[in-house]
Amino acid sequence: MLTIPRLQLCGVTKRYPGVIANNNVNLKIMPGEIHALLGENGAGKSTLVKYIYGIQKADSGSLVWCGKNTKVTNPKMARKMGIGMVFQHFSLFDALRVKENIALGISSKLANFDLENKIINISKRYGLPLDPDRYVYTLSVGERQRIEVVRCLLQNPSMLIMDEPTSVLTPQEVELLFRTLRQLSTEGVSILYISHKLQEIKDLCHTATIMRMGEVVTTCKPDQETPQSMAEMMMGKNLIAPKRFEKTIKKHPALVINDLNVKSDQSYGTDLKDINFTVNRGEILGVAGIAGNGQKELMAALSGEILAESSISIKVENIPIGAFYPNQRRDIGMAFVPEERLGHAAVPMMSLWENAFLSSTSKMNFLNNGFIRVESVKAYTREIIKKFGVKTPNIQNIASSLSGGNLQKYIFGREILQNPRIIVAIQPTWGVDAGSAAAIRQSLIDLTAKGCAVLIISQDLEELMEISDRLSVIFEGQLSPAVKTESITAKQLGMLMGGVTVFSEMGAIENVC
Amino acid sequence: MFVRLEARPTASKAMVYQSPLIAIFLTLIISMVMFWLMDTDPFLAVNAFFIEPVSTIDGVAELLVKATPLILIALGLSLGFKANVWNIGAEGQLTLGAIFGGGLALSFFDVDTPLLLPAMLFLGILGGMFWAAIPAFLKIRYNTNEILTSLMLTYVGLLLLSYLIHGPLRDPDGFNFPESRLFHDSALLPIIIEGSRLHIGFLLALFIAVLTWMFTIKHIIGFQIRVIGLAPAAASFAGFKQKKLIWITLLFSGGTAGLAGALEVAGPIGQIVPVISPGYGFTAIIVAFLGRLHPLGVVLAGILMALTYLGGDAAQITMNLPNAVTGVFQGMLLFFLLASDVLIRYRFKIGLTKKEDSLG
Repeated sequence: MLTIPRLQLCGVTKRYPGVIANNNVNLKIMPGEIHALLGENGAGKSTLVKYIYGIQKADSGSLVWCGKNTKVTNPKMARKMGIGMVFQHFSLFDALRVKENIALGISSKLANFDLENKIINISKRYGLPLDPDRYVYTLSVGERQRIEVVRCLLQNPSMLIMDEPTSVLTPQEVELLFRTLRQLSTEGVSILYISHKLQEIKDLCHTATIMRMGEVVTTCKPDQETPQSMAEMMMGKNLIAPKRFEKTIKKHPALVINDLNVKSDQSYGTDLKDINFTVNRGEILGVAGIAGNGQKELMAALSGEILAESSISIKVENIPIGAFYPNQRRDIGMAFVPEERLGHAAVPMMSLWENAFLSSTSKMNFLNNGFIRVESVKAYTREIIKKFGVKTPNIQNIASSLSGGNLQKYIFGREILQNPRIIVAIQPTWGVDAGSAAAIRQSLIDLTAKGCAVLIISQDLEELMEISDRLSVIFEGQLSPAVKTESITAKQLGMLMGGVTVFSEMGAIENVC
Repeated sequence: MFVRLEARPTASKAMVYQSPLIAIFLTLIISMVMFWLMDTDPFLAVNAFFIEPVSTIDGVAELLVKATPLILIALGLSLGFKANVWNIGAEGQLTLGAIFGGGLALSFFDVDTPLLLPAMLFLGILGGMFWAAIPAFLKIRYNTNEILTSLMLTYVGLLLLSYLIHGPLRDPDGFNFPESRLFHDSALLPIIIEGSRLHIGFLLALFIAVLTWMFTIKHIIGFQIRVIGLAPAAASFAGFKQKKLIWITLLFSGGTAGLAGALEVAGPIGQIVPVISPGYGFTAIIVAFLGRLHPLGVVLAGILMALTYLGGDAAQITMNLPNAVTGVFQGMLLFFLLASDVLIRYRFKIGLTKKEDSLG
């Protein structure tokens, strides 16, 4: 390795109103190094990367590029210097072809001359199969990411920034991506790899810089650490694994879905096709899958925000509820936790007690001839805050003043204290700090002890493996048969998530129903 | 050094209430500059516009007469605006209320009964609701934009009034003037202050303001209206029925506008004439926003906007200023209000220039 670092940051500080996103951050990346930037949501990773790529200015600090003090004023300049970035959220036009999308993001000089062959060459050389003539809307998320990677590589970067690249990929796609990244590394390209997935970092990265609350905690060699030790550095406390009960689940269906078909109400949404599953009392069923395969539609169909085509396709304790509205479903003991906390599960500008009222109106008997029993609602709010350890000074505070983890605990508390028979949650711990996430998982497990049926739709495989009794995978609006969590491997799950049917080769699967 | 806007970490609650005051202050300053440019003594003009008209009991009574329709209409509109239902056609709904209420008075012109007045007001409400029901139906059934349909129906309503007053409702003994018969006593509103035109409609408006207030903060429908305006997805999560709320808000605002129309013909006007309102239905939109869509704020804003009507008339007489000054005032007030509302989410910051701001 050469001795001059490719990139060096010295004392980078960035303040937002009311919060320090980066405090005196130092970072050094050598040529050909795969460098992990590791931290929880909100640790300041994104802010730092935005600074490197010229999207955002810092309040103080300096950036040294290949030994030269440099100011990156905008992303165009960053690209010119040789920095490429693959964002977590892609900027692609669904209705255009692959090559047209690539041409839009690069200089016209590069785009005009023989672009198609260049794309094919790059994709062959780095093992990134991509057809330049396909339309983007026909591609999987993994293929879409490849477009972004190829677009970066076309510009011969000397450093590549990857922001949470694997959060949308199957394990197989992840392996493919890692092969490409390792090849780039041997060719001398530096890679700044942002993630909070510890095993990946251990497998891939040479060095890891760990951030917590805007500061660099330490720099370590991932191959000399265990995922557990890195997690402790990242979160600053010992991880608590959820306590599970020894339980035998009796076959007692609480929620039965029978040939559920739903048309998505959004363009490029996913229609649900012939969904079948059963959740028993006291059981947690996990639904895995890559984003955009019908999870939102499934959630909406279960909560009643979209009504099912046939009333008997959804049954709760043998009552057909496919035509029930959300409040009717709540009245018979269902509870829901949607993905978006602010704006969907809670009204950002309303007080906590008003938000408690939002979903508990009729179940908790909070109405008196149409008028709100304010004092009862406030007492209920205090109970949620106390029992679920929500940190807030006052129940008059608005929902958006709470941190993500606190608000999610509050929302779960609001639903759980209504004593549901069935609870359906999507992405229950997305963007939530580790402490709150553990508390939420524990509260779901506790619910099953009381005989509640739990359905979790999540992209977080680790979480699903940890708490689910049975697992199922959603792919392009279809659901695979549920299997016991112990009997399926991450590899098999990954194949299902990528649309490969593995059940034939696995043989007969013991199914609790 | 220069001044720039910086996002506040949270929206400022104090600014929500300060911003109308800032807007009023800026309107006063700029209007004084305007008077000065028109070679009029700014202090005399402001005095003639804002102070003199309300320096007598009669003046105050007249102020409240004009505030009554503004408050009533704005109460209805603000409920809809909270739910993102934009009824712009209150002027038309007011006109229909006047036609329905006044029409009843004219068809019973020879019957003397205490029931006539309540029946007129009731029919006025129905008239306004009927006119607002059309955009509501079109929005729910065909997903049309209620801003356009309600606005266009205003002109249909005004033409309907014009047809009726030149035809069926014209006073048979009126020498072909486009005016109806004068209403008789049992079709006229009782007066609160003897010798003035202040009628019990004002008390009715205050009463409805209190009701609306209670309704918005304490009743489930008011809660649903607020949720649907602030976070539509949360409303569908909770299972609120959007269509029902569109019906309720449009019918309520149509009803209050219709009531205002019936009160105008049964009160200060006393007959049906070709022009019933000097744009109350449109001015009420400013009143609703100036009053922060809050019933109490609407009452105060209604009185303030009534003053611009009154002041405009007075300035026309005493200072020889054109009547357009009223419109200029109202326009400026809305303009400055929308501008100062930026300060709810942003604050001024005196900062360094952009160059110095980057890294050294």
